[in-house]
Amino acid sequence: MQSSENKLSSLWQTLFGHPVRAFGVVSLLLLIALAIAPAKNYFSEWRHYQKQYLALIRGRGEAVTLQRHFHDGIQQIWLPQFGVVDRCTTCHAGLKEASLADVSTQPFRQHPVIPHTLDQFGCVMCHRGQGPATTVEEAHRSTLAWEQPILPARYVQSSCGQCHRAPLTGTPQLNLGRNLLGRYGCVHCHTVKLPDGSAIQPTDDPPSLQHIADKTTREWIYAWLKDPQAYAVTATMPNFKLSDPDARDISAFVISSSTPLARDTAPAPKNQKTPDPTAGASLYGESFCSSCHAVQNAAGNVVGGDVGPELTRVGTKVKREWLRAWLRNPRVYDSGTAMPHYRFTDPQLSLLTSFLGNKTDSDFLANVHLDATTPEQIAHGKLLVTEYGCASCHEINGIKKPDNFAPELTRIGSKPLTQIIFLPGMTHALPDYIAAKIRQPRSFGAALKMPQFSLAPAQVDALTTALLALTDRAHDLPLALTVRAKPPSNYQPAGKAGQLMADMACFTCHAINGRGGDLAPDLTWEGSSVQRPWLLAFLKNPGTLRPALIRRMPRFNISDDDAKELTDYIMTVYQTPAFDRDSMPDSGYPPAQVEQGRQLFYSKYACQSCHIVDTKVDKGYIGPTLTQVGSRLTAPWIYHWLKDPQAMRPGAIEPNRNMNDDDARALTAFLMMQKSSGKQGAKK
Amino acid sequence: MIRHWRTFFVVSLALVSAGCARKPGPASALKPAGFGAALVESSGGKQMGATGTVLPQPLVVQVNDDQGNAVTGALVEFNGPAGVSFDPPSGLTDSSGQLSTNVDLGSMAGRYQLTAHTSTKAQKSVELKTEEIALGYQQQLGFQLDNKYCARCHNPESTPERVSNYDNLEVKPHPFTEGDTLNKMSDAELTALISHGGPALNKSALMPPYAYTLSKTEIEALIAYIRLISDPPSPHASGMVYAQK
Repeated sequence: MQSSENKLSSLWQTLFGHPVRAFGVVSLLLLIALAIAPAKNYFSEWRHYQKQYLALIRGRGEAVTLQRHFHDGIQQIWLPQFGVVDRCTTCHAGLKEASLADVSTQPFRQHPVIPHTLDQFGCVMCHRGQGPATTVEEAHRSTLAWEQPILPARYVQSSCGQCHRAPLTGTPQLNLGRNLLGRYGCVHCHTVKLPDGSAIQPTDDPPSLQHIADKTTREWIYAWLKDPQAYAVTATMPNFKLSDPDARDISAFVISSSTPLARDTAPAPKNQKTPDPTAGASLYGESFCSSCHAVQNAAGNVVGGDVGPELTRVGTKVKREWLRAWLRNPRVYDSGTAMPHYRFTDPQLSLLTSFLGNKTDSDFLANVHLDATTPEQIAHGKLLVTEYGCASCHEINGIKKPDNFAPELTRIGSKPLTQIIFLPGMTHALPDYIAAKIRQPRSFGAALKMPQFSLAPAQVDALTTALLALTDRAHDLPLALTVRAKPPSNYQPAGKAGQLMADMACFTCHAINGRGGDLAPDLTWEGSSVQRPWLLAFLKNPGTLRPALIRRMPRFNISDDDAKELTDYIMTVYQTPAFDRDSMPDSGYPPAQVEQGRQLFYSKYACQSCHIVDTKVDKGYIGPTLTQVGSRLTAPWIYHWLKDPQAMRPGAIEPNRNMNDDDARALTAFLMMQKSSGKQGAKK
Repeated sequence: MIRHWRTFFVVSLALVSAGCARKPGPASALKPAGFGAALVESSGGKQMGATGTVLPQPLVVQVNDDQGNAVTGALVEFNGPAGVSFDPPSGLTDSSGQLSTNVDLGSMAGRYQLTAHTSTKAQKSVELKTEEIALGYQQQLGFQLDNKYCARCHNPESTPERVSNYDNLEVKPHPFTEGDTLNKMSDAELTALISHGGPALNKSALMPPYAYTLSKTEIEALIAYIRLISDPPSPHASGMVYAQK
């Protein structure tokens, strides 16, 4: 102790004992203190990277050009309209250099080609992170002061979604994610408001349970609740991980709350012989049920459309009498169903009912043994149904649809990390949290109500991407800087024809005036496109226009009056303002012009590569067959289509040939001469 | 006093060097229980995936002995160029002799050559090379456009959703993977062919012009995609292309 005190005092003496020496020492200390700031700057991380970059380009062929593009010091992109200050290009010096395409080391890589430029959008708009930071750590990872780390590349499409509300060709993952939010019914429970104030609407159409006892049994409901994917691998209904007694009580309540439906009273005719199963299968095929419904084949592959439910085990689920009534007219049970009213005859109904009813799986209900329902079970079931928010999706007698059952996700993409409880061992980042929550909601707490969805890893990524797009920036951007989606259309055709179109569920496959599906052609301008006799005949008995297509228009067995009603409506209402349907004649073109058209068809434009006019010679299998096109389409439609197919039907794959008027007229003349044999005979 | 300092120094130096020493990886912790003679690919080669995402299918390799029988418990390690990661990077083969790994090609578009290797009983290394393709934004867009406009004629394979028109054409189109032909054409020639159709380059009129249907950006994207998937690899492709070097 003594010795150290001595040492200190002698040190003090040495340094400050003499006034001149003291002055020198103090000056030296001051100098050192003053030098700290420039030294820190000189040894900063970004200077180190700039030196590395210079060393990298020095050895390359384009060194002079690269050297000229390089700017020393801190670089900054300032975009006041977005509130962006990006200094990323200080270290990422080669982003715009195409000649660095082969450099794989960061931070010197060339940026891949995208539709936007660096100067217009900066970096953090897409990649997030901290733009103004000048150290690697602060720019890329989250710090106490800044919450926003760099977005992992797998979710980068979410950034496109901040401004682009409409689907983009280049962002399949984002488009899929947005689609899944509706398709898996996420938005039944979670409200997601879009920047324009509208909310994302569900597209899954969960069935009403008001008359469920007519349709199925308590045993099936029990087994379904326990594991929906055991019944149908494609089922979107999530697994609530219910205990046996809970599933028993919910099934008891759901059945007891069901009221019988005033059924149409036409009795099923007594069948003497059992219907032929092969005839049932072929009726199923002819009716193109598989355009919408899938069935799992022996190899385990699910084959068919995903508009309606999978039918692999439908016979185990539904009661035969319900199935028959449903097939007779689905709208009696569910007025809003996407299923068309097929107008089957009684023998056809028997065939299909028997064919579908035989699609059973005895294993599914093998272990389900439920005792008679007790009032306690029903009461407890009702409590559970309320607690789990079943009525958010399904209509249930006696239960009100809850409002905002689950947290709103409108700004989930900017959720502060401080509000998130992470699991132990999990990366503390928003994308990881969202993905984990979608993948296994109950891992965040066994008492949580969010059920287990069965999603593929790619679907989880897509959903995470779509949710990450819902940022504060997306909501606060001026509308002028966003690319808005087309507002959803609630177009409703009027009158008797409108009722018929609803009855046949035309909008399930066809779009008209912005509303409807995309399985079949858009019919907005169908009245300008086709000839009346053809349409009338087609509605009665749809033929095949595109032989390569698997999905085709089914036959709805409509009456002559109904077909006439529909035809009149379509011909009158669905007309394009671009031209008059009667501005060019259906026939009577000069033979020379027709011949010129034939030559153009086969040589200059080589239309036969995709279309068939002469079945003996032509093989084109992509576009519709044109053998009878002169009896199907109107001349001005063909003419305008040839001039600009995409103007007539957006998204058409036929290329625009930039055709001159003479060629288009000659081709129209040639095509209009391709009449159906019946009509040609009549003309002659 | 001084001696104390010295001990402290030695101890701290030892501690620091111990901390700095590389931790033994999990790979070396795995003890192979079997040794094979050959390594074959079961599935997951020649896939395409977007940059930054895990490839749609896992890469599955199988270790066989010299009789061609599957070997259980053989150690397989996966390697790839910088940026590529494997989950797991190594492991022991299962009872059917197979090991499956999920591949993330990283954030740079390109063709990647991946290697899997295992050792024989005599410590001889057996290697298997596979190839995977990472599509960047541009190539991904090209892939979408190919699907919509080109594949029906240029891809001879039919799918359940789409019947190929290839066999119906008198002059056969070149599949986009046909590097032997397409690599000889410059970007300018391909652009002219796509924009103005076959006759522009004295080729078949069955190829229509797309200049009035596709934008310049879209045609560039299509070419970037064609360049990336061509086999043998194209000298015009951008990004990491292993075979160029």
